[in-house]
Amino acid sequence: MAEVVVGKEKGGEQRLVSLPLSRIRVIMKSSPEVSSINQEALVLTAKATEFFVQYLATYSYKHGSGKEKRALTYSDLSNTAEESETFHFLSDILPKKILASKYLKMLKEEKREDEEEGENGSDEGDNDEAES
Amino acid sequence: MAERPEDLNLPNAVITRIIKEALPDGVNISKEARSAISRAASVFVLYATSCANNFAMKGKRKTLNASDVLSAMEEMEFQRFVTPLKEALEAYRREQKGKKEASEQKKKDKDKKTDSEEQDKSRDEDNDEDEERLEEEEQNEEEEEVDN
Repeated sequence: MAEVVVGKEKGGEQRLVSLPLSRIRVIMKSSPEVSSINQEALVLTAKATEFFVQYLATYSYKHGSGKEKRALTYSDLSNTAEESETFHFLSDILPKKILASKYLKMLKEEKREDEEEGENGSDEGDNDEAES
Repeated sequence: MAERPEDLNLPNAVITRIIKEALPDGVNISKEARSAISRAASVFVLYATSCANNFAMKGKRKTLNASDVLSAMEEMEFQRFVTPLKEALEAYRREQKGKKEASEQKKKDKDKKTDSEEQDKSRDEDNDEDEERLEEEEQNEEEEEVDN
């Protein structure tokens, strides 16, 4: 019976870390000041990254707008980066999209106003040409 | 060494699986959200490495170790990860110890059968190849996802 339990643990339990250690090492070593990393530090960083992905996803989902729609969207994530102190280091790589689209809308509105003025101007120009 | 910028990305298939396991069943994760979390994870690795390296430098050590990573988590306000990480470290150490014992057992077996040595060696090499193949498969999965 004891053997069955052991077997189950071996077969049923996943690998300790699911992210590829070789890739984590490459990312860690891309930092110029790092000279060497021992295996335990590598395993822990990989595991921490898994926890981080889980935490970022669940935190953003809980605080996000898509709960009724059962969806996790980019704006949930960028909101998290902006509003949570812990996740604030992500704000540069997860910029708020809403602001950008609002900005574009503002630009469009400005442009439309310009165009309307411009159209009036060119209409007058056409009229001038027609008259001459 | 990172030669291409995509070398700094983590495999999308694995990231997606971790997200799906963390969220309730049936939650839709937009493609954009997935790649954003993946990018965030790479930045997290760099941030953690840099913090851990500061602790190593303070200790006048050149090699990052487990305690540096744990200190980095506290510094980064991810204290909630410290206890589960310590548990993972214990599990890892147990696993290594088990592997060591297994290989010692193998040695003993080898001593009994003198001509089985080469077979054992080739078996070890086979295992290494299997691991590499697994990683390649993960990368292939990632590429398939991108195509979709």
